[in-house]
Amino acid sequence: MKKTTTYAAGILEAYEYLLTNHPDFFIIGQGLWSPWYVGATMTDLDKKFGKDRVIDCPVSELATTGATVGASICGYRPMIVHPRVDFMLLAVDQIVTQAAKWRHMFGGNSTAPATFRAIINRGGEQGAQHSQSLHSWFAHIPGLKVVMPYTAKDARDLMISSVLSNDPVVFLDDRWLYEKEEEYTEIEILDLNEVLPQKLRNGDDITVVGISYTSLLCEKACEHLENTQGIKSDFFDLRVLNPLKLENIIQSVNKTGRLLVVDGDWSSCGIASEIIASIVERVDLLALKSSPKRITLPDSPAPTSKALEQLYYIKEEQIIETIIDLVK
Amino acid sequence: MKQEVNELIDPSKFRDRIDIKGIEKSLLVDMLRKMVLIRKAEEKLSEHVESGKIKCPCHLGIGQEAIGVAVSLVMRKSDRAFGAHRSHSHFLALNENTYSLFAEVLGKYDGCSHGMGGSMHIVDNDNGFKGSVPIVGATIPIATGAGLAAKMDKAGDISISYFGDGACEEGVLHESLNMASIMNLPVLYVCENNLFASHLHIDLRQPSNSTSRFAKAHHINYNTVDGNDVVGMYKLLKSEVESMRSSNTPYYLEAFTYRWKGHVGHRDDIDVGVKRGAQLDSWKKRDPIKRLADSLIYEGVLTESEYQYLNHEIQNKINSDWEKAELASFPENEFLITQVYS
Repeated sequence: MKKTTTYAAGILEAYEYLLTNHPDFFIIGQGLWSPWYVGATMTDLDKKFGKDRVIDCPVSELATTGATVGASICGYRPMIVHPRVDFMLLAVDQIVTQAAKWRHMFGGNSTAPATFRAIINRGGEQGAQHSQSLHSWFAHIPGLKVVMPYTAKDARDLMISSVLSNDPVVFLDDRWLYEKEEEYTEIEILDLNEVLPQKLRNGDDITVVGISYTSLLCEKACEHLENTQGIKSDFFDLRVLNPLKLENIIQSVNKTGRLLVVDGDWSSCGIASEIIASIVERVDLLALKSSPKRITLPDSPAPTSKALEQLYYIKEEQIIETIIDLVK
Repeated sequence: MKQEVNELIDPSKFRDRIDIKGIEKSLLVDMLRKMVLIRKAEEKLSEHVESGKIKCPCHLGIGQEAIGVAVSLVMRKSDRAFGAHRSHSHFLALNENTYSLFAEVLGKYDGCSHGMGGSMHIVDNDNGFKGSVPIVGATIPIATGAGLAAKMDKAGDISISYFGDGACEEGVLHESLNMASIMNLPVLYVCENNLFASHLHIDLRQPSNSTSRFAKAHHINYNTVDGNDVVGMYKLLKSEVESMRSSNTPYYLEAFTYRWKGHVGHRDDIDVGVKRGAQLDSWKKRDPIKRLADSLIYEGVLTESEYQYLNHEIQNKINSDWEKAELASFPENEFLITQVYS
């Protein structure tokens, strides 16, 4: 039987690799000495590598994020972990106004290569303030790289490349993917500057783009449609939201003439809009067979009640119906 | 109980010559030269804010020169200092490169940030000045993280966080002090309390005029001092910083001072702030430079004519650096995009 791994195990393996091979790497964040906050992604790291490199900390998102930026300016490759994106917003000044600008405003004489990891943790009646993703906000900012892995391999390899990147990176992983299982591969050290959207399925009928958890939904929907109706999709997992590199997707849309982007966040000024706009600007309009389409969350905060949650989050069926509609 | 200072903020006090006993002559002259250089450099900037040649916001610290100079003299090159919007003195105290500062303020490529930062974003890695930013309080946690890095380096280095009394109203000061205290980080917090945040006096912003109460609350050793006495601050910091290096502990220095110019630009702004108009002239009599110069001349360390010559020499350097900076080139167009990512 082939060796398998999971998304959570991939992140844990990235940490073990970084802590073993990079003495300038350390991690700080709330809950790092407790299995409660960060799922199976950091189990026993403090015991194995020491509490001075895996640092649990006071309830001070802003100061700990700023301290991560400060240590990165002084030669370290630190990572701050925010167990929920919602709490990371208390530290936005340090991410957006300090780290992202640091290199440019000092004319390249200094850099702040910190990694800001936050976990998207939603559903389960957690309500409006334990559910946000907000990746498009961060992707708006020049100077920040924004990474959202979908596969277990990417969760590991893109985390390593985020830490090794010479620029500040927002790395967002999704708890709904933690148990996702796939075949184990060896670690591949990637240069984050070279990472492109990854094509995971081939087809001529439509181009489908997913991001992190929505890539799981898209992949299942595309597989279902191919098996049941013979609709074949070119399916891409976006991986890096900023800087956005869309050349291979543009090529695909020129071939298929149809585009669907599925993003698990709000539509207005979101990454789905950005992808569609950037593609429409550069694609051969005569090649388009239908208007590009996006599936996003309803324009409301996340509800608590499970009846409304059912309505709120994107489902595979929605994607299937939309693809059928676009292809017909 | 209310933690207040009275004498330290009374401009009729501390006007006399300062005590220079026990300090080497060469060091005393060095202190004086640095302070005169900073004063004259900022006067030059003031002149050209007024002339319109400088467009970027310039927050001048004329009157506050002693603090950065005292700190610079206890720093190693491997220490790491972070400043804020009013940081010309912190930068120049570590490296008397007025050309680099002037070129930066004019947005020229030869500036310390290659013209990308202006007055508010200055950096000098080689001499331990790791950067200044104008978002109030923003470098306090950054310097705290630099202290964590210093502790991890295990070389006895420290970090320095410069901020003003206004920044103490930002919540991040509390978060940072708590963190430095519980994690034993060698961070020197230097509060330059000039009694004003922009136009508003501290009495109208805080229930006490002394911010050292925050250090006390976080079990951090602290002292409140006359920020216009360079020798007094130097003596205190020399012993405190030595102990910070060996024991990885934070320290909080609150230095009371006064800025002679308004919050930003060349004007005195005596009409914009409550209490300011009444006190400015009085504070000018607590001039940190005149007090040191008077002491050196009185004690025979320097003659009156040597002091005149020192002033003259520095003025010439500043005039020629300014002229050179005016002629320097702007960054190339592609610099706009090439510096966003590494």
